[in-house]
This record gives sequence, C-alpha cells and structure tokens, in this order.
Amino acid sequence: MIEVMHLGKRYGETAAIDDVSFTVAKGEILAFLGPNGAGKTTTMRILTCFMPATSGTAKVSGFDIFESPMEVKRRIGYLPENPPVYPEMTVSEYLQFVAKIKGVPHKKVGAALASALEKCNLGDVARRLIGNLSRGFRQRVGLAQAMIHNPDVLILDEPTVGLDPKQIIEIRELIKGLGGEHTIVLSTHILPEATAVCQKVVIINRGRVVAVDSQERLSAQLRRSEKLSVRVRRGEAVDPQKILSIDGVQQILPQPAVDGEGVFIIESELGRDVREELAKRVVESGWGLLEMKPLAISLEEVFLQLTTEEKGVEEAAAAPVADGGVAV
Amino acid sequence: MRNILTLAEKELKLYFISPIAYVLAMVFLMVSDYLFHSQVFFYSTLSSQAMRAQGNLPQINLHEILFRPTFLNMSVILLLIMPLLTMRLFAEEKKGRTTELLMTSPLTITEIVLGKFLAVWFLYALLLGLTLHLPLMLSHVTYVAWKPLIASYVGLLLMGGVFLSIGLFASSLTENQIVAAVISFGILIGFWLIGMTAQTVSDSSVGEVFSYLSLIDHLDNFVKGMINTRDLTYFISLTILGLFLTHRVVESQRWK
Repeated sequence: MIEVMHLGKRYGETAAIDDVSFTVAKGEILAFLGPNGAGKTTTMRILTCFMPATSGTAKVSGFDIFESPMEVKRRIGYLPENPPVYPEMTVSEYLQFVAKIKGVPHKKVGAALASALEKCNLGDVARRLIGNLSRGFRQRVGLAQAMIHNPDVLILDEPTVGLDPKQIIEIRELIKGLGGEHTIVLSTHILPEATAVCQKVVIINRGRVVAVDSQERLSAQLRRSEKLSVRVRRGEAVDPQKILSIDGVQQILPQPAVDGEGVFIIESELGRDVREELAKRVVESGWGLLEMKPLAISLEEVFLQLTTEEKGVEEAAAAPVADGGVAV
Repeated sequence: MRNILTLAEKELKLYFISPIAYVLAMVFLMVSDYLFHSQVFFYSTLSSQAMRAQGNLPQINLHEILFRPTFLNMSVILLLIMPLLTMRLFAEEKKGRTTELLMTSPLTITEIVLGKFLAVWFLYALLLGLTLHLPLMLSHVTYVAWKPLIASYVGLLLMGGVFLSIGLFASSLTENQIVAAVISFGILIGFWLIGMTAQTVSDSSVGEVFSYLSLIDHLDNFVKGMINTRDLTYFISLTILGLFLTHRVVESQRWK
C-alpha cells in the first residue's frame, strides 16, 4: 500500500532524513518509532505531499508522490501533530468543509459526516465550537477530519501527544479499530504505544532507519543477541560454516553488496564478544577484512532515548471506566 | 471550480463569525456617510449662490461636485481598511497550522488563492453595495445620473480587486497578521504617493509614467463616467500580478 524508497530531505547542509525506505502492507498498522527530532514528521510530511523530498520517492496505493500528488492526496488522511482545526467553526461545519475539499461528492457529505462523527464518538459535541473543546476532543476531531473521505491510508503524527491517560487509551482503541479497513502509519516516541497498537515498527534515529520489524521480534533480538556487520573483499569465498563454528555465533545473514564484496550481519550471544575470534577467522581464511562494526549499539541507543514507561496509562487501563467517561 | 467555491464559502463564514466584517462595515459607512453629508452641504451652498447669481449660471453638475469627491475620498478610506480585511487570509492559516490541511487536500494552490480572493472580493462588494443608499436617498429629492454612477462602482470594484490581491500577497508572506497589514499599507500608500508625485513632477514624460502608475488617477476616469480599456487593463493586470505573486509565495513555502 505504501512503498517508501530511499527518501531523503536536506535543509541546506543538514539532512533531516537520509535514505529512508520501508513498505506497509494493506490494512497494516505501522509505528514510526524514534526519539524527538529523528525525522518522523519530515517523513510524514513528504508522504502526504506537504513538502517535497530532495531525493528518493514514495508510492501510495501505486501512485507516485511526485508524479501524481493529487491522486495521492485523495487517498491519504493526515493528522498533523497539531490538529488543523478552525476554532471558530463548529465540529460539524468543520468536518463538512473538510469532506468537500477532500473531494467527497456533495450528496455523500452528509453520510460521511455522520459516519465520522459516529466512529470518533463526536455526536454529542457536533454543534459545539471547536475552540471550546478539550484537547482530547480536539484530537478526535482531528482524527475524524483525517478519515472523513474514507481514505486508503491514514497518516497520524503523534496522535496521543499531550493527552491525559484516559484519552490516550480512547484514541488508541479508536486507531486499533480503524486498522484492517485503513492502512495506518503513526509516529510515536513512546515504546509501549507501538507495542499496544501496531503490528510493525520502523525505528528511526537521526534521520536514518535503524530497524524495520515486528515489535516482538525487535525487542527479542535486542535482548538475546548482539549484532556485528562485517564487510569483506571477496564475498563469494566466504564459507558461513567457518563463522558459525565460532563459539557464541548464532546466525549469519548475508546482505546485498557491490563489486564482489560481501557484507554479513553476524548475530552472537548477548554479552559475548566474538569480534577478536571473528577477525582472526576472516583474516586466516584470506577473505580480505574491510570493515567490522557493531550494529546493535545503534538500536540500543535509540531505545535508550525512547520513552519506555507511561506513568498513569497502565493504571488507567487497568481501572474500570467508572467515572462516567466516554468509553470508545 | 467547486473547490474554489467551497474555499470561498469557508472564508466568508469565518468573516461573518468574527466581528471584523461588522466592525469594518460600520466604520466604513460612518466615515463615507459623513464625507457624503459634508459634500451635500457644500453642493447646496454652491447651488444657492448660483441661484442668486442670475444670468451667468456656472455649470453645476451633481455627479461632478457631489459624487466624484465622495468616491475619491472613499478610495482613501478603503486604502486604510482593506489591509485589515485581507491580513488574516493566509497568516491565520499559518498560525493555526491549518495550512497543512489545505496543502494535503487535493486542492491546487491556484484554487486556494482564488477561493480566498473571491471570498474577500465578494465581502468587499457587499460593503460597497451598502453605500448605494447614498445615491438612492438622493434620487428621492433630485435627478441622479445613474450611468456615471455605475461606471464609478465598476471602477471601485476593480480598484478594490487590486487592493485585495496586494493584501493577499502580504498575508502570504508572514504568519503575523499585523505584519501582513503593515506590508499591504506600505505598498498601497506607495501607489498613492506615486499619484501625488505625478502632479508635482515638472518633467512631463516622467509625470505621465507616474500618473499611469497611480491607482487614484485610473479610478478618477471611472468616476468621471468613462470606462477605458486602458484603465481596465491597469486594474485587472495589477490584480492578476498580486494573485500570481501570492501563488509563487505559497508554492515556495512548501520547499522551505
């Protein structure tokens, strides 16, 4: 549904994102996980055709973001970090306006409005001014705005930031409910959020994708193994058995490389340094060691910067909704 | 076209929700009615003098003596209030982060710019329409020449288009409404000063260039009852220039 290919964005000398690639399948919920300033918003803004990339491209529902931006825009619902609402309008006036500019046919605007109000549980506040609504309701108006034209893809930038724990749970349930029907990309810097809502996680740090995987496998890897990337001159000559026979090595994964060189990712037991032995083997076998660097470090570094605990949310999730709050 | 109308409708709604349209309309009508009123007094003294001076009756033309100064004065008031109408158009969207909504919707920048321009132009036409009570009132007591009046209103509408497209351009430059208003004041007063300079320049060819650039001189032709292609071209091309520059600014902001 979404294919991102080598996307890059530079602001003068500094690169906001660099060579970002990933894909999202139809109906999947993908979390874009990374610390603040990692390039999450930039990537999302490029995907929604809000700003152009300086290199690379992306396809949404098969349409290229540069060649057919109008088609892409028709198929995307976008919730920026601050919901783009007009405080002077009422909720239903605003949603009707959005439906019209998103290309919903005039006759269907009423139906689209009704279904968005219902899905986001906004029926009670439909006639209130957006400016008078609480932050949580405003966020829901933002969500309703993103899905009013029933887009294939929903892009949500930090949808739970600034909400109180109860509102966070409501919004997450809402997003989960939307998955399957819509393909969803959401960004977050909160680790449990990715776990709670998403099937797949793209971890991004300093503008680069550090890992793409399912949340469970990522954390499993993080706990169980250390990763080394090894580059050798003569890739064909490499015999995986020789490396696997090193004490502690669990797995060897060949990576794409150029000019006959070989790049391998070698996973080893946690807490066991195999670098010395590995270097010896490679050199003795005459494969031509060019480079060896630990990989897991960067992943760990990212995880260290992420928010891994959410005070209040767990308790609120455990406690029954008894205070008359709106349960979604 | 549908998108342009949707956008224009939204802008008009926002104008009428906020007090700005009502306050500006009230101030504009109060000032222009006062100016008209004093002009009527001047006219009545003039005509009673003329009645006493029997024989050589000077040419007293109602349109020339009453309406022409009123409309020219009105254009100066418009110059002062129009930037206040246009200042919010883009600046507010940027401040409220709603630009992201517009730019990620399937709308072209031309549609966004035209939607905003048509909305504010329509609002201006309504404002101008309210001043029609002046000639209507007068037509109960005397003969009013409607044809030059129609030409005057056409001129005012077109000149307003220039004011508004310049204001729209200023608003696209910044996210601060006050700054937007000050920029458009600056540009419009610049045009006004060009007209004043034209009258004082001794070199006739330079003066001619200046007077061609002056907004008021072109408006004056309409107010006299003439609709020239020269003046039409001037107003329309300046409006298009303003809209084109706005389009470029909005487009370029995507790249920053």
